[in-house]
Amino acid sequence: MSLFPKWTNWLPLCIVGCLAFGGAAVTAAVTYYFTPKYTRVGYEPVQPVPFSHKIHAGELGMDCRYCHTGVEKSWFSNIPAASTCMNCHNQVLKDDPRLAIVRESARTGKAIPWVQVHITPDYVYFNHAVHVRRGISCVECHGRIDEMDEVQHAKPLSMSFCLNCHRHPAAFIRPVSKVTDLGWQWSTNADEAAHLQRVEGAKLVAHMRVQSLQNCSACHR
Amino acid sequence: MTESVLQPESLAPPAELQRAPMSPAGRSFGWLNDKLTAFNEGRTPLWWWVLFLPAAFCAMALLPAMLIYKISTGVGVWGNNMPVMWGWDIINFVWWVGVAHAGTLISALLFLTRQHWRTAIGRAAEAMTVFAVAMAGLYPAIHVGRSWFDWYMFPVPTSNGLWPQFRSPLMWDVFAVNTYLIVSTLFWYMGLIPDLAVMRDRSRSRVGKFCYGLFALGWTGSAHQWHNFEKAYVVLSGLATLLVFTVSSIVGMDFATAQLAGWHETIFPFYFVAGAVFCGFGMVLVLLIPLRKWCRLEDIITLAHIDKICKMTLLMGCVMGYIYAVEFFIAWYSGSPYDAWVFGHRMFGHAYWYGGWAMIIVNASMPQLFWFKKVRQNLVLVFIMAVLINIGMWFERFTIIVGSLYQDFLPANWGVYYPTWVDLGVYLGTLGAFFMLYLLFVRFVPMVPVSEVKGAMPQANPHFGNGKGGRA
Repeated sequence: MSLFPKWTNWLPLCIVGCLAFGGAAVTAAVTYYFTPKYTRVGYEPVQPVPFSHKIHAGELGMDCRYCHTGVEKSWFSNIPAASTCMNCHNQVLKDDPRLAIVRESARTGKAIPWVQVHITPDYVYFNHAVHVRRGISCVECHGRIDEMDEVQHAKPLSMSFCLNCHRHPAAFIRPVSKVTDLGWQWSTNADEAAHLQRVEGAKLVAHMRVQSLQNCSACHR
Repeated sequence: MTESVLQPESLAPPAELQRAPMSPAGRSFGWLNDKLTAFNEGRTPLWWWVLFLPAAFCAMALLPAMLIYKISTGVGVWGNNMPVMWGWDIINFVWWVGVAHAGTLISALLFLTRQHWRTAIGRAAEAMTVFAVAMAGLYPAIHVGRSWFDWYMFPVPTSNGLWPQFRSPLMWDVFAVNTYLIVSTLFWYMGLIPDLAVMRDRSRSRVGKFCYGLFALGWTGSAHQWHNFEKAYVVLSGLATLLVFTVSSIVGMDFATAQLAGWHETIFPFYFVAGAVFCGFGMVLVLLIPLRKWCRLEDIITLAHIDKICKMTLLMGCVMGYIYAVEFFIAWYSGSPYDAWVFGHRMFGHAYWYGGWAMIIVNASMPQLFWFKKVRQNLVLVFIMAVLINIGMWFERFTIIVGSLYQDFLPANWGVYYPTWVDLGVYLGTLGAFFMLYLLFVRFVPMVPVSEVKGAMPQANPHFGNGKGGRA
């Protein structure tokens, strides 16, 4: 056949190969670049006040609930009012220019314009109190806040992220008293920690009657 | 000599009992080549343009316009509304899937059972299958409110962590219809390859040589290639035969799984397979009766072929009659007042009584005329009956879907369903697309498989010429 040169014998194979390679590349790219693992993790906006969680929660050892007072009582974990800051800062660093906005806010009652980092969409119902009071630590969704100077979006908070825990609560649960202890582990030995998580986690799930809620209306109400 | 005593003529039955020949006996292979490619190589006749232009208008203008309007505006442009949430979209989906089935039955099941007469009509029926499945596949994709989420129907690992509901027959539908489309397309295309090579070798223009040559994939007709081809053809026909039974079974289960009087029946998978094959034979007759005349293929697709299709249609019509009888019997025998209500209203309800009578009269009673040879040989009558069978089967799906939904469990919800002009437009669009594709198929590739018909000729029999005759 003079119509098609000999190299065209390889054409079908090349086309199949290109399609397979291209398809794999597109799939890999979408999996990485189009999901919250990439689009949300690492988000770190500049805040109006350079507040360091690392100093307050990490080095000074303040409990999360000193400022976020509503977290155990409400679906919403509140941002503290400036008056909470002034409990200490009317004596510590009382004239520091970095705290000018805080002092201003405490005097006038006008809120500090913090930039929200972790946002759940309007179609998702998330209740902080329910999770925190059943032994799901802050660290599971927010990461090591006590090691961050500026708060960063540490976890993807995608739906599969939520479902991963909802499908296996025993793998993430911890004693309620350790919920705000972000660096806490069952044991310093990794194998033992994993074993305890399995055994004790199952006990905690049974004891607190934690349900593995997976129906749509659990979150999309 | 003993051989002279056992002459075939002396044992042959009398002339009126002899079977009509199913292949053009006494013709040469060369005559077949010329005959079967004549329509593709000749000038485009007027009738082709007269049919093609309106079909192409429906396919290329009407259908896209309707789809854009429906997708951009929403399902509300159709007549679907409480309590009839499935309307023309699902009726037409089931109808098109049904039309497809006879093609696979003819080309695959009859191949496996060595029915050599199928060679003449196999390809035309397969093409019908491929195009009808494509039309059927369109409806599930557009019947959802937000078509841009269609990819949710496929098991894709997403950051939602969700998978389709594999326990739902609606999910099986996605796999069944897609498998059907892929297998029937492969089966049809693979059968085409040797004939595309014939067209390539006969083509006088360079464009024709290039186009046919491209799709013939370098077919030379060597014994090695034929060996592989025959094996692959058996494998694919085995797969396709299974699909005749699985696809419409699953479509039937879409309904049977619902706790709704009129749908919740164990007979549904069988019911839908039988109905699909019945409807498909109707469509085969609608397509072949005019085409065999217009494409001058009366010697190839003979009256004996039409006769055989009519007999199979008769068989399926009897099966339909049996199933209708069982449905009505069970509605009474079960003692369920809801079943009795639905089935009573199919025939005597105020809104859709005509659908119930259409399905009994057209699908179960009318095919009984095929018992008479005079009817089977009257092509005008057969054509009219085939068109009516397609309409009757459409009304059967209408009766099952709308007739079971419009009076649901809450009498306060009861309502009637009427399609809108958009429903009609989409349906006309798919009809146009189907006929457009079919006309293009008839024009550009041999409608009758040249190589397969040659294989069914007497002289293709290895024993031909040694006094026993060939198989006919």
